Amino acid sequence: MLQQKTNRKGAAGAVLGILALLLGVVLLENLSALIPGLPGVLQPTSQLFTVLKKGAVYALVVVSMNLLNGFTGLFSLGQAGFMLLGAYTYAIFTVPMDAKDQVYYLYGGSAVKFSLVDLFEGIFGTSGAGGGIALIFAVLTGLVLAGLVAALFAALIGLPVLRLKSDYLAIATLGFAEIIRAIFQWQTLGPITNGANMIKGFPTFADFNIKNSSGQVVLRLSTMVPFLVAAVCIALVVLLIRSSYGRAFKAIRDDEVAAEAMGISLFKHKMLSFVISSFFAGVGGGLFAMYVANAQAMVFTSTMTYEIMLIMVIGGIGSISGSVIGTFLYVACSEWWLRFLDAETYIGSFKVPLLRSGFRMVVFSVVIMIVVLFFSKGIMGEKELSWAMVRGFFQKLRPGKKAAPAEKKED
Amino acid sequence: MEQLFTPEYIVSILLSGISLGGQLALIAIGYTMVYGILRLINFAHGDLFMVVGLMGIYVCAVLPTYAAIPIVILITMGLGFAIERAAYKPLRSAPRMSAMISAIGVSYLLQNTATYVTGGQPMTYPTIETLNRTINIMGTPTKLVVILTPALVLVLIVLLTQLINHTKIGMAMRAVSKDFETSRLMGIKINRVISTTFVIGSALAAVGAILYFTTYPAITPTSGSMPGLKAFVAAVFGGIGSIPGAVIGAFLIGICETIIKGLPSSWNVSVFSDAFTFALLIIILTCKPTGLFGEKATDKV
Repeated sequence: MLQQKTNRKGAAGAVLGILALLLGVVLLENLSALIPGLPGVLQPTSQLFTVLKKGAVYALVVVSMNLLNGFTGLFSLGQAGFMLLGAYTYAIFTVPMDAKDQVYYLYGGSAVKFSLVDLFEGIFGTSGAGGGIALIFAVLTGLVLAGLVAALFAALIGLPVLRLKSDYLAIATLGFAEIIRAIFQWQTLGPITNGANMIKGFPTFADFNIKNSSGQVVLRLSTMVPFLVAAVCIALVVLLIRSSYGRAFKAIRDDEVAAEAMGISLFKHKMLSFVISSFFAGVGGGLFAMYVANAQAMVFTSTMTYEIMLIMVIGGIGSISGSVIGTFLYVACSEWWLRFLDAETYIGSFKVPLLRSGFRMVVFSVVIMIVVLFFSKGIMGEKELSWAMVRGFFQKLRPGKKAAPAEKKED
Repeated sequence: MEQLFTPEYIVSILLSGISLGGQLALIAIGYTMVYGILRLINFAHGDLFMVVGLMGIYVCAVLPTYAAIPIVILITMGLGFAIERAAYKPLRSAPRMSAMISAIGVSYLLQNTATYVTGGQPMTYPTIETLNRTINIMGTPTKLVVILTPALVLVLIVLLTQLINHTKIGMAMRAVSKDFETSRLMGIKINRVISTTFVIGSALAAVGAILYFTTYPAITPTSGSMPGLKAFVAAVFGGIGSIPGAVIGAFLIGICETIIKGLPSSWNVSVFSDAFTFALLIIILTCKPTGLFGEKATDKV
C-alpha cells in the first residue's frame, strides 16, 4: 500500500516535472518576443535552440540504444539503420500531395498516393485551429508509423541475429544497417524512396510555430515539440525498465546463464528489448528528419551509430539520466561552445595560430578522448540522477560541510 | 550485353578482385591480430589506413618515391605504437566497452585532424610510376599493382606466419591470445607483446594503403572507414582472431565486390556492392556463428 502511494506520488512528480520542463522551454524560446533587447543567445536564431532541438532528438536515440546495450547487455550497432527506417517512413507518409511531384520529379511523382497531412486536413480542415490539429495528428501518426516500421524490421532481423554473441551481434546489426542504407539508395525504388536524393517538404519543427493571419510568428513551439515527444518516449522507456520486464533485461545483462536458470526466456526478452529499442530509434529517426528538414540515406552511416554509442558511454552505460545529460553536453560542446575555434581570430594585429575551419572538431575529439580515458564510467556511471545526488553535489561544493557518505559519487 | 562477358573482361574483373582482396587482407590482419590479443575491435585501424594515404601525399611531395615509401611505413608503425600507448594501455583493466569507445575516439581524432590539415578537400594521391605501369596478361592490359598486390600479400603472410610460429615474440603472441592473465603470470611482458602486435598491424596497413590508393587515387578524411569496415567484416567472416581466416575472408569479399561492381550498369545493382559484403557476412554468421575458422567459444558456468 505504502509502496503504491509513493509510486503514485513519484509518477505525479515526474509528470509535473516534464510539464514544467516543457513550459520552461516554451518560455525560453519566446522570451525574446516578450522582452525586447535580450542578448543574442536568447534570440530564436541562436545556436542554443539548435542545440536544444538536436539534443532532444539525440537524447531519445541514445536512450533507445542504452535500453539495448546498457540494460539488456546486447551489443548492437544498428541504431542508425533503424533511424533511417524511421526517418524515411515519416518522410514518405507526410509529404503533402501537392509537394510530391516536385520532390519526386526525377521519377515522375511518388508511388505512395496518399499523405497523412492531406488525410487529416480532410477531416479537420486546413486553416486555423483545424489545420493545427490536422498537423498534430499527421505528425504523431507519422512518428508512430516510423517507430512501428523500425520495430517490424527489428523483429525480422532479430530472428537470425539475436542468436549471435557480443561482437558478432554488433557487426551483424551494423551490417543490416548498411544493407538498409543501400536499399534506400537503390534507383529502382526511386518512386518510393526518391533514390539517392533527399525527400523534403514534409512538416518540420518550424511548422509548429503558431502564426497570426498576416504570417507573423506569435508563439514559437518549435523547440517544445521535440522535447515533448522525446520526454514522453523516454518516460515510457523508464517505465519499461522499472517493470518486471526491465528487471528481466538487467538479469540477462548481468548473467545470461543465471537468468535462464531463473526461468527468464532469453530469446523472448532479447527480442522484446531489441524491438522496443528499435521502435524508439525509429521515432528518433522521424524526429531527426524533422530536425534537419530532409530525409537522406547518406547521413545514416555507421559513423552516426558510433557517435550515438560514444554519447551513451560518456553519459554512462545503464543510466537514463546519464544518457540525457550526456547528449545535451555532447551536442552543446560540438555545435555551440567550441564554435569560436573555427573562426580565424585576431587579437590586435596578432593572428591566433591554428584557429581555422575544422579546428573545433579536432579540439572536440581531444576533449572526447580525455573524457573517455579519465572518466571511463561516464558522467553518471550506472546511477540515475536523484535529488539526493544533486543535494550531495551542492553540499560537497560548499566548504566545511561534508556530504553524506551515501550520496557521495564514485570517482 | 554479349560484349561485356568476354574472357578478357572476366580476367580483368577477377584480377582486380584479387588485388582488392589482397589490400583488404593486409588491413584485416591488423584487426584480427589486435582482436586475438586484446579482444578489442580497433575502430581506428581504418582511419590509420587513411592517414597513411595522406602521409603518402605529403611525403612524396618532398622526397623521391623509393625513399618516401619506407618513411611512410616507419611513421605509421610509430603512430600505431603511440595510439596503443596513449589510448588503449590506460584502459587495460577497464570494461571492454571503454577500450572500444576509446578506439572510436581515436578514429574521430584522426578523421577530424585529417579534415583540419587538408581543409576537407579530396587530395590526389601521387602516381607511383612503377606501380602504375601497364602490362598485358592474357591479352588484358593490367596495371602492375594489380599483379604485385597478391604476390606481396602472399610474401608478407608467409613472413608473418614464420614470425608467429617460429620466434620468441611470436610464441608470446600466441600465448597471450590464448590466455591473457596466465601468460602474464608466466613472465611474458604483456605490453611489449601488445605493442609489437600494433606495430606489425600498422606496418601491414601501411603497405595495404600504399597499394590501395594507387587504384583509388582520391583521399578524403572518411575514405578509410569503408575499407576499414570491410576489412573488419573480412576478419569476422573468417572467424575473428584467426589470421588465415581473415586473409581468405578478405579475398572472398574483394572478388565478390568487384564482380558486383562489374555487372552491367543497366541492372542497377552496383549500389549493393557494399551491402552484398554484409549480406554475405550475415548468411555466414547465421550458419556458423563464430565465422569460418573461428574458435568455438565454450561458456564456463
